Amino acid sequence: MSGRRQPLDPHLVERLWRTPAPKPAYDVVVVGAGGHGLSTAYYLAKNHGITNVAVLERGWLGGGNMGRNTTVVRSNYLWDQSAAIYEFSLKLWESLEDELDFDVLLSQRGVVALAHSTHDVREIKRRVSANHANGIDAEWLEPAELKRFVPIINISPEVRYPVLGGSLQRRGGIARHDHVAWGYAHAADRMGVDIIQNCEVTDFLRDGDRITGVQTTRGPIAAGNVALAAAGHTSTLADRLGIRLPIQSHPLQALVSELIEPFLDTVIMSNTVHVYVSQADKGELVMGAGIDAFNSYAQRGSFLIIERMLAAAIELFPIFSQVRVLRTWAGIVDVCPDASPIIGPLPLGNLYVNTGWGTGGFKATPASGWVYAHTIATGQPHELNAPFQLDRFRSGALVDEHGAAGVAH
Amino acid sequence: MSGWRLAHGGLIDRSRPVFFTFDGRRLAGFSGDTVASALLANGVDVVARSIKLGRPRGIVAAGTEEPNALIAVEPGLALRRATEVELVDGLAVRSVSGRAPAPAIDETPSEHVWHHADVVVVGAGAAGLTAAQDAVAAGGRVVLLEGGHAAGPLPDGLVDAADFVFLPRTVAVGRFDSNMIVAHERRRGTPGANTAARDRLWHIRARDVVLATGAVERPLVFADNDRPGIMLAGSVGVYLQRYGVAAGRRAVVFTANDSAYVVARDLQAAGVDVVAIVDTRVRPGPTADAGGIEVLSGHVVAGTTGDEGLASVLIVPRDGDADRASPTVVEADLLAVSGGWDPALRLLAHTGARLRYQPSAGTYGVTEVPPRVRITGLAADVNGGVGAFSTLDPVWLVPAPDGSLDRHFVDLQRDATAADIRRAVDAGMRSPEHVKRFTTIGTGNDQGRTSGTNELGVLAALLGTTLEQLGPTTFRTPLVPIPMRVLGGPYRGELFDPVRTTPIHGSHVAAGALFENVGQWKRAWAYPREGESFDDAVLRECRAVREGVGIMDVSTLGKIDVQGPDAGAFVDRVYTNRFSTLKVGSSRYGLMLRADGMVFDDGTATRLADDHFHLTTTTGGAAAVLDWLEEWLQTEWPDLRVRLTSVTDEWAGVAIAGPKSRELLARLAPNLDVSAEAFPFMTVRNEYLSELPARIFRISFSGELSYEVYVKSWYGRALWDAIAAAGADLDVTPYGTEAMHVLRAEKGYVIVGQETDGTVTAADLGLDWMLSKRKWFIGLGALDRPHLTRPDRRQLVGLLPDDPDLHVPEGSALLPSGGLGTAGNVTSSYRSAALGRTFALGLLAGGRARIGSRVDAQVAGWRVPLDIVEPVLWDPQNERRDG
Repeated sequence: MSGRRQPLDPHLVERLWRTPAPKPAYDVVVVGAGGHGLSTAYYLAKNHGITNVAVLERGWLGGGNMGRNTTVVRSNYLWDQSAAIYEFSLKLWESLEDELDFDVLLSQRGVVALAHSTHDVREIKRRVSANHANGIDAEWLEPAELKRFVPIINISPEVRYPVLGGSLQRRGGIARHDHVAWGYAHAADRMGVDIIQNCEVTDFLRDGDRITGVQTTRGPIAAGNVALAAAGHTSTLADRLGIRLPIQSHPLQALVSELIEPFLDTVIMSNTVHVYVSQADKGELVMGAGIDAFNSYAQRGSFLIIERMLAAAIELFPIFSQVRVLRTWAGIVDVCPDASPIIGPLPLGNLYVNTGWGTGGFKATPASGWVYAHTIATGQPHELNAPFQLDRFRSGALVDEHGAAGVAH
Repeated sequence: MSGWRLAHGGLIDRSRPVFFTFDGRRLAGFSGDTVASALLANGVDVVARSIKLGRPRGIVAAGTEEPNALIAVEPGLALRRATEVELVDGLAVRSVSGRAPAPAIDETPSEHVWHHADVVVVGAGAAGLTAAQDAVAAGGRVVLLEGGHAAGPLPDGLVDAADFVFLPRTVAVGRFDSNMIVAHERRRGTPGANTAARDRLWHIRARDVVLATGAVERPLVFADNDRPGIMLAGSVGVYLQRYGVAAGRRAVVFTANDSAYVVARDLQAAGVDVVAIVDTRVRPGPTADAGGIEVLSGHVVAGTTGDEGLASVLIVPRDGDADRASPTVVEADLLAVSGGWDPALRLLAHTGARLRYQPSAGTYGVTEVPPRVRITGLAADVNGGVGAFSTLDPVWLVPAPDGSLDRHFVDLQRDATAADIRRAVDAGMRSPEHVKRFTTIGTGNDQGRTSGTNELGVLAALLGTTLEQLGPTTFRTPLVPIPMRVLGGPYRGELFDPVRTTPIHGSHVAAGALFENVGQWKRAWAYPREGESFDDAVLRECRAVREGVGIMDVSTLGKIDVQGPDAGAFVDRVYTNRFSTLKVGSSRYGLMLRADGMVFDDGTATRLADDHFHLTTTTGGAAAVLDWLEEWLQTEWPDLRVRLTSVTDEWAGVAIAGPKSRELLARLAPNLDVSAEAFPFMTVRNEYLSELPARIFRISFSGELSYEVYVKSWYGRALWDAIAAAGADLDVTPYGTEAMHVLRAEKGYVIVGQETDGTVTAADLGLDWMLSKRKWFIGLGALDRPHLTRPDRRQLVGLLPDDPDLHVPEGSALLPSGGLGTAGNVTSSYRSAALGRTFALGLLAGGRARIGSRVDAQVAGWRVPLDIVEPVLWDPQNERRDG
């Protein structure tokens, strides 16, 4: 028997975090208490012994994309650079409950990506083969094999875009997003990190070409290093310094159904018809749609996107037809031109940026914090985020995950 | 068994009894009942067990805010609220405790309807009817939405009004930007019957929206406040007035405002023994007329007892701990509670209106109503704290004698208590959003209608703050749950996405073609004969083109007509190579790049006149290319005098390819000089072809002598059939997209989207000769970035396995000599009739310099060695295109 301890249920933790007042100065100020900001603070403390850290949050911790994503975890990205960082992330996920001593409800139930055209088949097989070359588990399933793995799926050739097969990453799955945010917050807080909510960064303190702190709604805070982790709002913060980041923000919608007895025990994604779905442990279907084409910071999208996504979902899963939609919402995804993130220093001293995760942010949470903390602590990128520097948009060394992955979530 | 049917009263039709079953029990009600009212009338107390604790739960409310009485309707097990389902004969329902059973498949399509209105009135109560009458009187198109199942008769003036639409059983589920209301109409019909449009989803764009949506009553939070028999006072009144049902025989009313007094009097008048009105306030308000019922003012209900249903109520003074030890115990089977009212304004919150606590109203309301929205009736009264709603003295939490909070239920559906909120606070949570997620309060299928404000009240009390400091959590569309099939609408099967077929489609079907989806198009993939495999058919079709003559439907190619004095300048800017010098009547292959320098699309451009070009695009890229060109034209070059028109559907096209194509063309167009000198490669002719006016391009995507003949689309099938007939003795062979792919790959021609994926440059494909050095074009500025000129970029090469029968799957990774990672990938892989072997194309790091060496492909976990060769494997000297 494994000696693994049952991780803590957050509902049984006496205190998850303190509510500290901001101190006048910190070694590192992280801007944004989403998953990436919190994991960054945790790994700064854990891996680098830097505990005089504040995480500043304009709202409530975990309340942005961290609290409104569809909780999919996987590492089957196409390009070597993406595969490396996401696979490192998945390995961190696999030990995260022990690491944080916190129940994040990781369920490695498998993630399936469906092919609906000969083009899809070629591109998904390409990804499976690339995954193998990168040591990542991946399988190609023919329609009949898919049907055995996901009995409720409709593989009839009669539908408009029939299922021609799909890839499976068995180690992929879902985790509970809130628990991940709370787990990192709890662990960071215990090591002395101050998580300061309702504290919005409004400007920067600078000394020539060096950043010395931030101005906030709760007064100025000095900082040895300032690390931005504010997703789409990172670009509006950088604007204040005259730095134009290549980030576009779009609404990405999702929904949940009422609680249904379990009938779907894996994650299914289809980029061609823009739907992805899983069933959470409580019983609700969690579904994601395609991106709204327009730019927006309002956390709502067009209802038409929801309607078309459900038409596609019922085509694939007729059993969804009578299941009722309970709630829809939108997150705002921050997308780089190559659909890959930027993690590294900005051209001002002591200022770092971590943004542009698009639809991949949640699954990257552990690795993103790990390599960002490394970059801040050492002043140099970790080998895993070295390919994801801002200067790639000048050099042309893009890591373009648009092509084969489409709107991969 | 406490509820009972009054001898008289209600809006039910007592002449029409209706029989139904609940968990297999056969029960009776009347036409006009809901399942909930009939259950109450039958004395059914317990309608469900709670999700976590398994406690018995009864009906609490009469509307969509009901948290407990969820039912699954047979036979499909659709999940509904008992308060919403009208009783019909033979109805069979099951109670639902916690998670619902998976419902059956129901393929009935819903209708999606679009409508424009001057005024949409939401809610057909008294205020809504008045608003609708006013709007109709003012003229214009008016829509009145009523979510209820039995709205009364319309008043005069509305019945016959023109431009007026009344939609009963229609819930406005969302308000979106610019006053778009989405509403779900449940149409009449037997549940389960496969009738057309049982549901409609309305999308109504309104100039003005009037919200006559009323208000939702709040329960009170005290120990054991979840027992069956504890109901919202207003709902008790609804069951009495509308359904002639008394929810109990011996009642206590517990209120924090005046509105419950009328319910107490009505119950008394109906024959219910109302023992007392427990009023939290020391001084009840001016409209608190008890009608002789004993009023215990300044008192609270501190607890209840009971087994399955309510047995007794424990009453103590609101202040004064000494008396807590000995509460007054009153036997009762009904406790009607009113903690206050919340205006039903969530539709406004959907589009970002902020709800704020208004102390005068004792609830969250809006102080800034969005433009072109008006609130009227009860919703406005509650929002403003007017009338009976000004009398509220909120009590958010009644302490239990022992100080416990774990039976103070806040969200009945989620089984969440004040103790859960306290745990969240102790854990460090201060934001209502955190508390919601921690406790799950408000995440049930009622979206916390009866629990949201109480949650904030309890939270404020525990934090020692005020409700002004705490905003409500975000409300989301839809207001009430909607089945996915209703939202999905009729867009299933062929309606999911339009199916595009070419004018020649019928001939392909007749020829037994297999089709593939290419974007929205159905393209003929191959034409296997009886008993012939797909692979063999492709080999036969390829052989026909290389040795005889084949014909292919190329109608799906995107076609853009470019006209205007600046057409030449425009075409020069969008393609990498020069076109402004192209002679009239000539064609040229062209490449388009994105702004980042990556290959975007390819095709040919033909100059039809000085100011007139005909562009072709890839089949899949047609719409994107037109969008792209329009974007540049409209946003960057508005000065160019150029107009673009999609003519994809105007022309049907047939490729005639192979050594015998000239002979075939000559037969079809006897007036045309088809000699290589008179009709050279990459030129166009207008000529009659089998009496059809045609545009004939001498162009080749197979490397063979080849023509593409275009006619107006309505002649397409006539053209195809004429060619087939004229070439019968030449064994003219239809070939599909798969053979076309093989033929072009043998020649090393790339397919955008197959050899490219948005990361590939012209130079990577060996097409750098197409990059003009003497003019600007889209993408030029990106090409000199250092990474785009590296020698180790992935470049197009040919790949040959040692075994001429081994087919390397497309997509296979090309491996570096050691270690993890990829060095490229196989983009195309086929069996070739002409080469007598399999072959592939691929993108390989530093590939051009590696020609003549070997690379391993990863095939099913094995390393398969491949020879790296030039990508042009057939007729590298282009000796065959002139025939």
